Formats: sequence, C-alpha cells, structure tokens
Amino acid sequence: MVEERNISEEFQEAPPRVSEWKRFWRVFFQRRIVIFGLVILAILLLTAIFAEWLAPHDPYRGILKDSLEDPSSTYLLGTDIQGRDTLSRLIFGTRTALAVGFITTGVAAFAGITLGLMAGYFGGITNMIIMRIMDALMGFPLLLLALLLAAVLGSGIQNVIIALSVAMVPGYARVMHGLTLSIRENDYILAETAMGASASRTMLRHILPNALAPMIVLGTMQLGTLILAEAGLSFLGIGITPPGAAWGAMVNDGYRYLRSNPQLSFAPGLAIMIVVFAFQLVGDGLRDALDPRLRGLL
Amino acid sequence: MTELLKVDGLATYFKTESGVVKAVDGISYHVREKEIVGLVGESGCGKSVSQLSIMQLISSPGEIVGGEVIFEGMDLLKYKANGPQMRSVRGAKIAMIFQEPMTSLNPVLTIGQQLTEMLDLHLHMNREMARERAIELLGIVGIPSGENRIDDYPHHFSGGMRQRVMIAMGLSCNPRMLIADEPTTALDVTTQAQLLELMKDMVDKFQASLVIVTHNLGVVARYAQRIYIMYAGRIVESGTTKDIFGDPLHPYTIGLLKCIPRLDEEEGRKLVPIEGLPPNLINMPSTCAFLPRCSYKTDRCYREPWPPLIHVHDEHYISCYVNTKEKISEPKTK
Amino acid sequence: MTAYIIRRLILALIVILIVTLIVFFIIRLLPGDPLIIFLGQQAQQGGITQEELEYLREEYGLNDPIWMQYLNWMGGLIRGDLGTSIYYHENVGVLMGERFPVTLHLGVLALVFSNIFGVALGMIAAIRHGKWIDTVSTVIAYIGVTIFTPWLGILMIYLFGLQLGWLPIAGYTSPFEDFWLSSQKVIMPVICLGIGGLAGAARIMRSSMLEIIRQDYIRTAWAKGLRERAVILRHALKNSLIPIVTLAGIGVGIIFGGSVLIETVFAIPGLGRLLVTSIFAQDYVVIQSGTLVIAVIIILTNLLVDISYGWLDPRIRYG
Repeated sequence: MVEERNISEEFQEAPPRVSEWKRFWRVFFQRRIVIFGLVILAILLLTAIFAEWLAPHDPYRGILKDSLEDPSSTYLLGTDIQGRDTLSRLIFGTRTALAVGFITTGVAAFAGITLGLMAGYFGGITNMIIMRIMDALMGFPLLLLALLLAAVLGSGIQNVIIALSVAMVPGYARVMHGLTLSIRENDYILAETAMGASASRTMLRHILPNALAPMIVLGTMQLGTLILAEAGLSFLGIGITPPGAAWGAMVNDGYRYLRSNPQLSFAPGLAIMIVVFAFQLVGDGLRDALDPRLRGLL
Repeated sequence: MTELLKVDGLATYFKTESGVVKAVDGISYHVREKEIVGLVGESGCGKSVSQLSIMQLISSPGEIVGGEVIFEGMDLLKYKANGPQMRSVRGAKIAMIFQEPMTSLNPVLTIGQQLTEMLDLHLHMNREMARERAIELLGIVGIPSGENRIDDYPHHFSGGMRQRVMIAMGLSCNPRMLIADEPTTALDVTTQAQLLELMKDMVDKFQASLVIVTHNLGVVARYAQRIYIMYAGRIVESGTTKDIFGDPLHPYTIGLLKCIPRLDEEEGRKLVPIEGLPPNLINMPSTCAFLPRCSYKTDRCYREPWPPLIHVHDEHYISCYVNTKEKISEPKTK
Repeated sequence: MTAYIIRRLILALIVILIVTLIVFFIIRLLPGDPLIIFLGQQAQQGGITQEELEYLREEYGLNDPIWMQYLNWMGGLIRGDLGTSIYYHENVGVLMGERFPVTLHLGVLALVFSNIFGVALGMIAAIRHGKWIDTVSTVIAYIGVTIFTPWLGILMIYLFGLQLGWLPIAGYTSPFEDFWLSSQKVIMPVICLGIGGLAGAARIMRSSMLEIIRQDYIRTAWAKGLRERAVILRHALKNSLIPIVTLAGIGVGIIFGGSVLIETVFAIPGLGRLLVTSIFAQDYVVIQSGTLVIAVIIILTNLLVDISYGWLDPRIRYG
C-alpha cells in the first residue's frame, strides 16, 4: 500500500517569480558604490537647497581688503581677488550646477524624446527630416554648439539653459529613435494597430513607457556631461559670469593666481568632479539594475 | 571493441546566487571505438554540461568538482583547463559540434579561415594545403563547389549548411571521437534527417566514435548502438538501443516512450505525458529525483537514497528499486 | 560594398548641407544690425556716415533677400573663399591655415593616445575580469569621464610645471622647428585632450569584449583547441572593435570641443582658441567658417567610421 503523500510540496520546484520592481530596487541598492553616489547626490541637493544657511559669507560681494587670503578659520578656503569667500561661492555654485543640470535635462529630454519618438514611429519623410537635422546638430562638438548659441543669446542663466538644451537634444532624439524602432517591431504594437489604436495612443501608451527606463538612465548619465559643459562655458566666460557663482568661472579666475593661491582653482574643479562622479555612479547603477545588456548602448 | 573514453563519477556544480546547482551529479559511462552512443534527456538534465565538462569547457560559475575522464589512457581532468595538453586533445582527438549553427561560427571570419585554422593548428598544414583540404572537406559534407564558397562568410549560409560546416570543422583533423550536442534541434525536420545521415556516414568513413546528445529519442533510435538516459544530472538507464526501446525498465524511460506517438500503433491510444515538472537542481533531496513524478513508487523509494545503477543483464543497467515489469503502474489520480 | 559607400556619402552630403544652413542662420541671430557688426568697432562707434552705411550695405549684399545671401555665401565657399576676418583683418583661409595644423597635431596625438591605451586597458580588464587590473581600469575610466579637463590641465601645470619644473607650462612649438621642445609642450595638453576618449574607449572595449567572450563562437574556438592568445586576438578582437570604431568617430567631436578649453588653458594658438576669441569679438566671418570646417570634418570622419563598419562586420554591407 503506498501512502499518498503530496511529495511535490517537499520538492522545491522553480522559485516563484519576484516582482520586477522589487528585483530592480534590490539590484540597484546592492552595490555599495551606487549607494555612495546617492549619498553624495543627497548632500549636494541639500547644499543647493539650504545654501543660504550653509554658506558662512556672502558669495557675491567680497570685502576688498580681504582679497586673496589664504585658507584660515574665517575663510576656510581662502578668498578670491575681490575678497569673496571661496567656500560660500562653492556652496552657491552647487545651486547653479544642479539647476542648470536638471532644467536643461528636462527640456532637452522632452524635446528629444518627442522628436525621436515621432521620427521612429512615423518613419518616411518625417524620419528623414528629423534625423538629418539631428545628425547635423551632432556634427558640431557639444561645447562648440553651446558656445555659439550662448554667445549669440547673451549672458545669464536662462540663455545658458537654452543653449545647452538645444545642444543636448540630438543625443536624446537619437537614442529614443533607436528605442522606438526596436520597440515598434514587437508584436504587441502590431496588435494595438490591428485593434485600431491611433498613432498617438500607440506612441504614448505603449512605446513611450517601454522606453522610459533607458531614457531615465540616459538622463542621469547626461547630467554629468551637462555639468561639465556648463563649467566649460563659464570657464570661457560665457553664460554665468562673476559675480555669479559658477564653478567653471571660479576655476578660470583662480588660474591667474595658481602660484600663490592654488586652492582657488583646485576647490571648484574638485567639486565639479565629485558631482559628475556621483551622477555617473548613480546612472551606472540604474542602468545595471535595469538591464545590464544596455551596457553597450548606454 | 576497446574502450575509447571512460567517464567515471563526473560531477559539475554551478555556484549561483540562489545556491549550488548540481548540473551533473556523478555520471559514469563509456564509449567504444567506432561506436555511436546516444545521451538522451530533457532540457536541463545536464547532458550538455557533461560533454562540455569532458572538454573542460566549463567556466565560472561552473566547476568540475569530481570524477575521472579517461581517454587514451590519460585522465583529461588532470590537465590544466586551457593548457597545452588539453588543447592538443580538443579538436584533434575529441571534436565537438554545437547546437546553434547560427551563432557558433564567428561572423567576421570566412568559413575558409575558420576551417584552415584547425588544419594549421593541429596538422601543421601550410596555407595552400590547408585550403585544398578545406575545400575537400566541404565537398565531403555535401557543400558543392567548395572553391567558390570557401571565402564566404557564415551569414551567407543557411542553418543546415552552417551545421555541415561545423561537421566539416569537427572532422577536419580526424578526431577519434565526435561529440554532437543537440546538432539538429535548431533545424527543420528534413535537414535534421540529412544531417544525421551525414554524420553517420562520416563516422563510418573516418572510423571515429560519435556521441549524440539530444532530447529526441527518435534521433537516437535509428543511429545509436547504445543509449544513456539522463535525468536531473544522473544516468537513470543505459543499454543497447534494442534494450531501451524494446524493454524499457526505468519509470522515466517508460514515461518518455509513452509520450511519443508512433505510426505503427492503433488509433485511439492516448498519449500519456509525464506529470509534474523537472526538479530544481538546487537543494536536491537525497532520495530519487524522479520520485514526485513516478507512477511506480514504493515505500522503499522514500526511505533510501537515489539508487545506484543496478545491472539487469548484459549491457542493460537501471537506477531504480522497483521492478517495473511486475509492479503495475499507478498513475496519479486527478 | 560600393553601393553602401555611395549611399553613406550622399547622406553625409545632405547632412553637411543642413549644417551650412544652421551655421548661416545662427549667425543671423546675433543681436544688432549685421552690417554694423560686420564693420566692427569703427562702425559701432558711429565713425561712418549713414550714406556710407547704405552704400556698404548694398556692397555686401545685405539688402538682398536672405536666401540670396545664403547662396552667395555658399558660392563663395565652394570657390574656396572663406571670407575676411573682421577682427584680424586677414583672409580667413590664411588664418585657419596657421591655426588648423596646430589643433590637428594635438588632436591626432590625442586620438592615438586615447584609442591605443583605451583599447589595451579595456581588453586587459575584460580578460582579467574581477582581478585588480579590472578595478584599476574602471577607476581610470571613471576619472576620465568625470574630470573637468581644464582643471586637469591646471593641476598638471601646477605639479609638473610650477612645482617640479619638468615641463613647460604654456605655448606651442611646431615639431618641425624643435622636436624635443615641441614634444615637451605637447604632452600635457594631449593627455588632457585624450583622457576622456581613453576612458570611453576602455569602458566600451571592456564591456564589448566581456560580451563577445561569452558568445557561442568563442566557445567553438576553445573547442577547436586554440590557445588563449589566438582566441582573443583572432576571434574576439575583431568583433569587439566594432563599437570602438564608433567611439573614434565621436572622439573627433570631443577633441574639437575639448581643444576649445585646452588651448585656452595652455595658450596654444589653435583653431579652438581662434573660435573663442572670434566669438568674443563678434567676428562672425571667422565663426561661420571655423564652425563649418569643424562640422564638416566631424561628419566626414563619421562617414569613414560607417564605411569601416562595413569592412569590420561583413553582415552590415548589405544593410
């Protein structure tokens, strides 16, 4: 007589499916270095928001007689030629960097995604026109294009944002275009069209959500590039200029006094590197958590 | 006939995030000269991994953890994985053909380059000789006008023809043994038949042995002299083709044969699938792995560890405590 | 293969055409009367009478409809006439002839530096995946991508120039005049220019090769009994290089962009610095021609990249 035991419960069959979200967050937070990047970003964000409370002195107006001071207890990183506290300028520079970074990314991503989506979905002449224009824009080195536009538009933070946005659009458009093309090949898109869905419905409700995740990764990684570009612009004296607090401009100002006060250039340059580094780490973490196969693409 | 290859207690484990996967858990088999042997089992039973282990083509997180592979008197596992001795065996003494002809050939090199590479490496042929021999080989495997095709790239060939190229590559250095890992799975039925005939012709012609790894019993029925049935990383039944098909003894083999429709049986016989799913190879129990799906189980099966291979007669061995001829099968109630 | 090349060539020409349109119209966005700007300082200070202005306006074709101005400019370009610089009062062609070789010299060195070291570093990191060299390579790659290149330049000047006195801190010497001095002056700028490309190449090479190594045909190569060197160099490398070639194309763009900053830091009289000065001087003739030349070079480089794809990956030739 055989005892009927429900053996299949004793034997482990294939492990149950874990929710995709949970898996994503688990992989994302797995690497300590990604957490490190997030912590840095958090600190930066807080610095930017609470700049007024954190900065010991006024970043825009200096005391002339305190010009070119060495680091001391009053001025932790010394002062520049106008007597402005470097540390305070550094702290307010965070605001500039992050503001330019986020706003530009938002604008460029929005425009780029729209263009790439339309080009990829409609194909034909729309694709031809849009992508050729993007190719043409990409024919200019990023910095050069931004430089030209910023010079033409004039100084000030809004113009820098516009110039950089235009320069960054082709990058987003291209990736979105490629993604649209490959997503479009999927059978469920065909099914949607067969069901009678309109173009905009298909684009917005089906193609876009599938492309969203890689685009977020792209955006995060492009933030670093943006900050470097903005620093390049202000370094050359275009866009945000002193007394405005921009790290690139600070590096340039400090260059003149490299022998006597090296920290004037070193500090802002280091700050730039730390920010870009943090964005890079987080972007990499996002991409790996999302789909390590994207390593080649992004 | 003498033994060409003797595998004893081969075990290969994979360390993964979720645990240790015992892909191959102690298998022993042998292949004689000029023999065709079939290794049959469902996906995931470890048959491909076992053959890769013989060639020491297992890489992290996999590791060969035990056993011996005696070939021409030497234990291959004692050689360093990519050392000169192992490399002189690969391709030259034991050659392997893989399942996916689409991806097993390098897309940026011509097939001529990929063929002559081996001839240069193992047979030390010079450029012209190698090229001539390569063209000859292409002819032998049934690719006409080899001189025209030899400078073509893999993507110029269809799947079936690529597989022929793989066979040509495999045989190019006159190996003693050819291992074909699911050689026809990715191809359509007609091509399958052609390729199998080709392989049989080739081993006859080259006087080599052939190991066919497959999940398709039909493939081995026609060509193999002996068959090993694998399940969950172990061999559960072995014997001559006649034994296996005419007198299957292990419940798994019986189950497999019941699933195959045959043209020569009466209409109306129901195909009986084997209930349940293949086991997760992590955290395997010590009892017989087939237990949850078995229709012949007894009390003894629950108490004792996985049965060793028991000699039934001649070459027929099974790994089971139950005499399936006497016991009536009790299919699971719904 | 030829059909492929011709198709790519035509596309490139279309893109170049669009570039000329962009360059032409951006300049027209400059605030103010183009004629005043064109005439420079003198006119801005009101040194020319209204009649003379009108006369000059006619002369320079500024009363013509905009599309005609565009066509005239294009016509001039095709004939090789790049215009006369407002600021330098010299033929732009001559100006560029002086500056361009300098930037080219630095750029080529930077490309070679970044690609050779980048590919090698990436390859080693992939083959010795997980070992210490992999970590070192990753660190270098991160630094290369995140560092603000003028800052790197300034750091290097401080360390190697001011403190250690090993290298000259600014300026440029042609290698034909004094090879040794030229090399010394060129080391730091080239490293700054190339570090971004090096990091990018290393990263891409590493991930490309890691992926290729796992491919079936690499397993086939091992099964044939080949040694590691043959497997990597003959089978894996050619496949892994495909994305690197794209990077070389992008690298040219990065180098031109970078040269704008690096030439400023190291006071090198190249094309980048010329453009910056011209932008500040509102010398739109130079800006137009300079930007156009750079864009055309980049597009042609990308064309070369596309064509070499066809050679590297035979599957693409028929795409």
